[in-house]
Amino acid sequence: MNTPTVEPVAVVTDVAVARPSRIARLRSSLGPAGTAAAIFLIVVLLIAIAAPLIAPYDPDAQSLLSAFAGPSGAHLLGTDDLGRDILSRLVYGSRTSLLGPALVVAVALLVGIPLALIAAWYGGAVDAIVARIFDLVYALPGLLLAVLAVALFGPGLMPAVVALSIAYIPFLARIVRAAARQQRVSPYVDALAVQGFGVTRIMVRHILRNIGPVVLGQAAIAFGYALLDLASLSFLGLAVQAPTADWGVMVSDSNALMQGYWLPVLAPGVLIVLCVLSLTVLGARISGERPQPYLRMRRATRARVGTGAHSSTTPTGATP
Amino acid sequence: MTAQATTVSASSTTDCAVAVTNLTKVFRVPDGKGGRTRHTAVDAVSFTVEAGGSLGIVGESGSGKTTIARMLVGLERATGGEMAVLGRDRSAPARRSAERNRRAQELQIVFQDPYTSLDPAQSARAAVDEVLRHHGRFSAEQRAARLTELMDQVGLTDRQARARPRDLSGGQRQRVAIARALAADPKVLILDEAVSALDVSIQAQILNLLADIRAATGIAYLLISHDLAVVRQLCDTVLVLRRGKVVEQGTCDSVLDAPAEEYTRALRAAVPVPGWRP
Amino acid sequence: MTTNAATTTPLLEISNLTVHLAGGGDNPKPVLDGIDLTLAPGESLGLVGESGSGKSMTVRAVSRLLPNGASLDGAIRFDGRDVAAMSAAALREYRDTGVGMIFQDPRAHINPTRRIGAFLTEALVRNRAVPRRTARDRAAAVLAEVGIDDPDRRLRQYPHELSGGMLQRVMIASVLLAEPRLILADEPTTALDVTIQAEVVGILDRLRRERGLGMVFITHDLDLALAVCGRVAVMYAGRIVEFREADDLHRRAAHPYTLGLLGSRPSIDARAERLNAIPGRPRSAFEAGPGCAFADRCAHVRTVCHEVRPELEPFDDGLVRCHRVAEITRQEATV
Repeated sequence: MNTPTVEPVAVVTDVAVARPSRIARLRSSLGPAGTAAAIFLIVVLLIAIAAPLIAPYDPDAQSLLSAFAGPSGAHLLGTDDLGRDILSRLVYGSRTSLLGPALVVAVALLVGIPLALIAAWYGGAVDAIVARIFDLVYALPGLLLAVLAVALFGPGLMPAVVALSIAYIPFLARIVRAAARQQRVSPYVDALAVQGFGVTRIMVRHILRNIGPVVLGQAAIAFGYALLDLASLSFLGLAVQAPTADWGVMVSDSNALMQGYWLPVLAPGVLIVLCVLSLTVLGARISGERPQPYLRMRRATRARVGTGAHSSTTPTGATP
Repeated sequence: MTAQATTVSASSTTDCAVAVTNLTKVFRVPDGKGGRTRHTAVDAVSFTVEAGGSLGIVGESGSGKTTIARMLVGLERATGGEMAVLGRDRSAPARRSAERNRRAQELQIVFQDPYTSLDPAQSARAAVDEVLRHHGRFSAEQRAARLTELMDQVGLTDRQARARPRDLSGGQRQRVAIARALAADPKVLILDEAVSALDVSIQAQILNLLADIRAATGIAYLLISHDLAVVRQLCDTVLVLRRGKVVEQGTCDSVLDAPAEEYTRALRAAVPVPGWRP
Repeated sequence: MTTNAATTTPLLEISNLTVHLAGGGDNPKPVLDGIDLTLAPGESLGLVGESGSGKSMTVRAVSRLLPNGASLDGAIRFDGRDVAAMSAAALREYRDTGVGMIFQDPRAHINPTRRIGAFLTEALVRNRAVPRRTARDRAAAVLAEVGIDDPDRRLRQYPHELSGGMLQRVMIASVLLAEPRLILADEPTTALDVTIQAEVVGILDRLRRERGLGMVFITHDLDLALAVCGRVAVMYAGRIVEFREADDLHRRAAHPYTLGLLGSRPSIDARAERLNAIPGRPRSAFEAGPGCAFADRCAHVRTVCHEVRPELEPFDDGLVRCHRVAEITRQEATV
């Protein structure tokens, strides 16, 4: 009803306060894990872009003489069963491994965002229809769709990407829809409508801008899932095909394992895991989840009676 | 004094800022048993606001006062009755953007909650500038001048104008909302419980500000409130609403000092004043 | 006059209560700064203030419901026992039979998925091993006491089937069922219509007098506090700035902030030419400087106000925290 809202305790005064720099603020909102994840991903991206400059060898150059060489000065991570340098294959592999998921997420967003915004704005029958379509597509497992696509069009990266894009549309669109619905009922949207602004303008310039962090965060997480899905498909031989250097393809190299060499399989596997982990952490931070200092909270809630001097638990939980 | 609202004759509506006749809104709500039932939120309400005048609509929760405001600005569609602002009928929803913009320049609204009625991603200046850009045929310099003028009028410093809503207090945000509404240069401003969520000392500042604006620009107010004292301070006429129906209306002096209806008397008697006991 | 009301053991005694919230980095933010209050059994005390005044924090400290990371200095004694030092078991008992709290928004404090009957009887059945049938009967009786008709039907309903006013009465009923000695009411009627407010406040007042409960009543509405409470403390920026008998406050208010509050309210009887608005906005404790917290908004400010913190001192049968209160009152009297 008509409640005087309790002002948040952190209202800023009119006194000019020096704000920390943008980088510092970004680092503190990402937290240590988020910052590490962001740095890692930026490095991987740079490696992918500059692959020809970084890779010491041609990734496809075979040399049966030096097959299964361990790590050495010439080959930092050794060679695989065909004598190809693993490090170079990892470097070049980052290109296909990152390109596929990027396409999947881009298409899913391009199709999903407009659909979700329209459903959120108009509500009613429009929303019901769109939501049911999303539910239907969401019920289809992405990998099976990919297998179907491969059966129809033959193996390759593009059929797999197309199939996964379709499967990922509802995953992202549902989140956009939920966030947009929340914004839709905010009074500021009403105020803009009363000012005569059109639906498209309000949705794009205002609602989308406000839900941006949430959507970006989920897109990062989806990127990670797509990376894993495509790597799995490549592992099965359905997406990227051998002998192309690709992390998923490299993991499927069973020859090395049977001979007892685990590095050609472990190295790409570790990279996949690290990328997916970083994307998940970064995505969570961007969409607004804050680090939970559980242990700090437990210690700090035990309030203590002081002796007049300010003797109490400090906010960081360290007891003086 | 009769309690029924006098129906407004057609000839006198053209010189009123707002003229509402037999306005009705019926909602279909779930009835708790799986079906839907009709709930009449607004029941044949009629009133007028003179050009430059100030009407207070008073009622408790469920009286329909906010629904009336939302119908006037086009956020809800009326089920029946007529609404006219500045002589132009707006009973039917605006179809084209030209009509929407025209209506926006006639009537604007300030909402109750200062924490959600501003776009969190926009600074105060940006929000007001966006409206000026949308409506005005200004050059860039004229627009900047008008922006400064509006900020001064509502009492915001330059630093506050550049701040995002999260860095402003409730009273400051409400000033931004008022500036944004005035940027469309409306002749009528609806204040939907616009001071109810503010601290008492801030409420006084905003009430003074609103009175000043009205004295300076001749704008008409439609104040929706549950607080009789606020209505007395800002309004010339008052309309008492209960469960969607008009109970009583007239000048503030007559209705509040000598209420004709039992309900109005009960409302007045429930307000804590010096000497009041529950 | 002091804040001590009686010579017997006070029901609630707050001494020099200072609370800091976990701030950014190493800066704990003070929200309460040296609060002293006493409450005798059967007495009602009003805490009046705006945002940042610390009135809610005070009662949250009393029931030990401060936010995570908050730290507390000073002493809170309930019936002579130190609240901050209570063990978990003693704390549970204190919150059950000692103190009952009524919050502003009842809907936020009732589980929407359980029936009213379950909500009311849960504490009795689980904490005090009262048989279910007896607990239901008691719940129905209390609902009738707070003016809810057809209590047996209401017990079977869910919270969403009741209006805000009804739900607040249910909250009050739940507090009364526990039969506490002290009720802390934090803006209990702010979210209610004014006619419902009058009824609910009447119920609270009657029950307090009938059962001899102590009550701390928080509100931003000074007139409401004066109508309901015996003594009123006006709070600003985490400190008490004025403390007086309710009947006296209108005639003898002395602190510039209290006078400002009284003067800035519009009157239902007449329109003022212009309201005497206090410039600036209400401050929190962490925004106050070394001197008087109200200095930057006060019309009577002098240098000493910015530099030296005033103490709460007796003035004209009340307590006022202001350096210049005597001069100001003389000035106002001669005007």
